[in-house]
Amino acid sequence: MPYVAHPSFLVLGAYATYVVAGFGIDPLLAGLMLTPAFFVLGLGIYQFYYLTFERRGSDQGLRGIAFFFGIAFIVQVALILVFGVDQRLVEAAYIGTSFEFGDWLNNIRIPNRMLVAFGVALTLTVTLTLYLGRTFTGRAIKAVAQDEGALQLMGASPVRIKRWAFGIATATCALAGALLIIIGPVDPNLYQLYIGRTFCVVVLAGLGSMSGTIAAGLILGIAESIVLSTAGTAWAPAVAFGILLLVLGVRPAGLFGR
Amino acid sequence: MRNFFIGAAVLLALAAGLPAFVKVEYYYVLGYTVLQLIILATAWNILGGFAGYVNFGSGAFFAVGAYTAVSLYKALSLPLGLQILAGAATAGLLGLGVGLLTLRLRGIFFSIATIAITIILETVVLNWAYVGGAKGLPILRPTEVPLFDNYTQWLFFVMVVIAVIAVATARYIQSSWIGRGLRAIRDNEGAAECSGVPTLKLKLFAATISGALMGAAGAPYAMLGSFIEPTSAFSLNHAVNALAMPIIGGTAHWVGPVIGAVLLGTVQQVVTVTISSEINVLVVGVLLVVFVVAAPEGILGLVKKFTGGKK
Repeated sequence: MPYVAHPSFLVLGAYATYVVAGFGIDPLLAGLMLTPAFFVLGLGIYQFYYLTFERRGSDQGLRGIAFFFGIAFIVQVALILVFGVDQRLVEAAYIGTSFEFGDWLNNIRIPNRMLVAFGVALTLTVTLTLYLGRTFTGRAIKAVAQDEGALQLMGASPVRIKRWAFGIATATCALAGALLIIIGPVDPNLYQLYIGRTFCVVVLAGLGSMSGTIAAGLILGIAESIVLSTAGTAWAPAVAFGILLLVLGVRPAGLFGR
Repeated sequence: MRNFFIGAAVLLALAAGLPAFVKVEYYYVLGYTVLQLIILATAWNILGGFAGYVNFGSGAFFAVGAYTAVSLYKALSLPLGLQILAGAATAGLLGLGVGLLTLRLRGIFFSIATIAITIILETVVLNWAYVGGAKGLPILRPTEVPLFDNYTQWLFFVMVVIAVIAVATARYIQSSWIGRGLRAIRDNEGAAECSGVPTLKLKLFAATISGALMGAAGAPYAMLGSFIEPTSAFSLNHAVNALAMPIIGGTAHWVGPVIGAVLLGTVQQVVTVTISSEINVLVVGVLLVVFVVAAPEGILGLVKKFTGGKK
């Protein structure tokens, strides 16, 4: 499914967190509170896509892609219209403070916001991996990507499974958006950067490989940091897209793909 | 066939004679913008509409054309005609490269790859000091203008010529065996290959022509505003416009992108002047989604439906 709108919901999640956190609620809690709303949003978008494209059999090719690009574009411009192009940030006890290792580690300091984001992201990834690998619905989601017809013969409805998967994916955006605004300020144009990062990680990992996703995320993160500290900030946006283009051109199956 | 060329000749004559009647410079800028959209939309449709490969990197081709022209103008003071040819050639080469990507990539991954190319090239230009980097580069237009009262009128006429060439090319491709081959690729690439359609050659051809035309549209860009900077040259808006206009007009026929570009271009200008430029971008996005959902064949499809399938 050509879901290029995903990164725009990530940015939307960050802004929604910003609004909710404005009432004095902790940003992490705000992100968690937003997940049900985003879940429903995801269900709605898939249902609309199903009714207007898949059921008519016109989801392949041009129109499905154009539809999701249009949605992503609308979200981005709407955010610019509502919030302007200025950067936004949130405040919490763990933002702006840092954790210091003792003498035994050369007094390395790690900002607490990074530790929090790292912990939550890891928990989320492990939970999703377990969900997809151990539960019936999770396995069905993996199956629907491989062979819809076969899934249907096993007595599961591909449409319901895909709708559920869409809901979960979009709900994840709420929490991920909260993490995004915790680690740094956000602006609406982040969509362009994150479409590169998202697809870079997914393609590098190989579609559908969850453990590969963590490895690919690490590779991209380290590569970006190296470029950032050697060539300067101006080159950083090209890293994700460069790796993406390289992988697409040389080995579209990714590092861990079949 | 003959009617088309008579029409094109009349149009060119009108454009050449226009300065005798219309003096206000603003109208020429307006016309230039709409013409730029017509070329981008027509060029996009050759690869996207005919062959079904969704290019989301129109901004890259546009900007490559513009920056090729600007760097040659700064270095050698080349005349506009040569700038445009050079811009089209460089963007055509980029198109060839993108065409090679279709060997391995289809559907959404092809589109993502074209976005990747856009961002990478934008980053390169941002770091390229000779053409001003992120600050941009002011340009002095030549003071002498051949045949016209001022440079904007001359640019307008040049854009009319490029637009006529672009539309004539799209029209030729559509009605020739090349167009039939591209449609076969769009509908089923494997089957096309098996029936002896030279799919790779055709895809490379379409991608190169499409890229070259977009580069030609971008080449005079810096001359219009006497200024160029990467963010607006590589803007995602070019990509969205180039994709939305053919889809709104209708991708099946060469006239679809022209209709879409003229309609949407005019609406955009009106909205930009009366409300704001952000709303105008939103209008394109919303119209794109509405048309994709409600009228998949575009305006041409709607017309066909109401006239009972004639034409």
